[in-house]
Amino acid sequence: MNRLGVDFLGFSLKNPIAAASGTFGFGKEYAEFYDINQLGAVCLKGLTLHKKAGNDGVRIWECTGGMLNSIGLENPGVKAFIEEYEETQARIQTVKIVNLGGDSLEEYVEGARLLNQIDIDILELNISCPNVKSGGMLFGVSEDSAYQVTRAVKDITRFPLMVKLSPNVADIAVIAAACEEAGADGLSLINTVQGMAIDIQNRRAVFDNVYAGLSGAAIKPIALRMVHQAAKAVNIPIMGIGGIYSGRDVLEFLMVGASCVQIGTAGFIRPTKLMEILAELKAYCEENDLFLKEIINII
Amino acid sequence: MALILENKPIASNVFQMRVAANQQVKAGQFYMLRAWENIPTFSRPISICDQNGEEMTFVYEVKGKGTEIFSTLQAGDEIELMGPRGNGFVLKGQKCVLVGGGVGIAPLLLLAKRLREQGAQITAYLGFRSEEYLKEDFARYCHRIITDVGGKITDVIETESFDCAYICGPEVMMQAAWDKLKHSAEQVVVSVERRMACGVGVCLGCNIKTRQGNKKVCSDGPIFAAEDVFYE
Repeated sequence: MNRLGVDFLGFSLKNPIAAASGTFGFGKEYAEFYDINQLGAVCLKGLTLHKKAGNDGVRIWECTGGMLNSIGLENPGVKAFIEEYEETQARIQTVKIVNLGGDSLEEYVEGARLLNQIDIDILELNISCPNVKSGGMLFGVSEDSAYQVTRAVKDITRFPLMVKLSPNVADIAVIAAACEEAGADGLSLINTVQGMAIDIQNRRAVFDNVYAGLSGAAIKPIALRMVHQAAKAVNIPIMGIGGIYSGRDVLEFLMVGASCVQIGTAGFIRPTKLMEILAELKAYCEENDLFLKEIINII
Repeated sequence: MALILENKPIASNVFQMRVAANQQVKAGQFYMLRAWENIPTFSRPISICDQNGEEMTFVYEVKGKGTEIFSTLQAGDEIELMGPRGNGFVLKGQKCVLVGGGVGIAPLLLLAKRLREQGAQITAYLGFRSEEYLKEDFARYCHRIITDVGGKITDVIETESFDCAYICGPEVMMQAAWDKLKHSAEQVVVSVERRMACGVGVCLGCNIKTRQGNKKVCSDGPIFAAEDVFYE
């Protein structure tokens, strides 16, 4: 009797915990520390059609209750990913979510078209990366462009489509509804909150890009509020993201409307942290005679 | 978790921590150290300074919140060790030179020990900000030690031929040492330091641009050929 099982986009996840994109690589590194197939799903490192070298200068910065990052979507590109996919696929037996970003509508569409050649489980459309100069988050901050890119990718992909939303918007409900209307099968939120760090010694911004993405425990209250708002605005399932460090945090996200969650920054505490969170969640469900499906979207 | 055997200041803001840990390590490798749960977010990458049978020594400078917490730990306390991580030094050459700046001398001590075991003849240039430390330890393995306090250690490097030069310290110091040694040493390697989040190669937060493309300091490094790092 699995108390932790949840349904998401046609998949029965053995538990609601997924590794978040950009914090898990392609699964190779953490596989040395634990059985990554114990996770409900994994979101692989964000891809773009063309290879990206990422940002110069400082890329990560610690702050109270979290971190800022400005990696800049460094990745090998969709084609190189496809060429090595056999190895990736052999490693990952749990639900595989591939994250796709882009600088233009054409790039998103071409990336999605190429990914049709391989067998992935869910396509996560990243329209919310704050760390690339063009495209990225720009698609996720306007209702019209969010609609257009979702629609264009939905038309071409053969996989369930989940759109990853930016918190850096005036009204998340409007963006969420636009994605649903455009055909998104699910949503994931929130991506990082745009932030800034200062080097007082040199009197300049820490990051070459000036602004960077804030993640970790510090953003959890914002994420809960936005998942709650999005869940009230749409009928498609939601994967909650933002500052989850414990089993109790997972329960909070499910209660406000997420069907499952992604965990990123907490994984940097130690490689096995996601397994600890899973164990806490399991213990809570057993102690409280709880099936997770019962508490989704109850607030 | 590892038991702390001793944790004491050896210079102003510099601490030496001995822990009980029996693991195979290479000189130049590091551990992600942690003595708290959620805050600070990141563990701290600290190089291995020495290893003796079932003991390992770390020498660290107090720079921020994490190392400040380390400095308050006492014998009998426990510390979380994740590692060893990184590639470590390749032991090469019979005539070697070590150039260390500040707390960057720490990984060079275990290196000196291992090179000495192979019969190498070692010259060490050690630069300090305000006072000398670990000098007697280096004296056990090195044939010649030149130190500098408060100035630039790279100013006193003599041009002499070496099989291999090993450099660890602040980036400007490493660049200056490379400029001094690139024509006299057959091989020059540097140990690069970067802020790290995961420490295992997934986050790409510690990446540097090298002549061979982007490299992860935590897992492709931290030891790199100097010519690949200082190529521009």
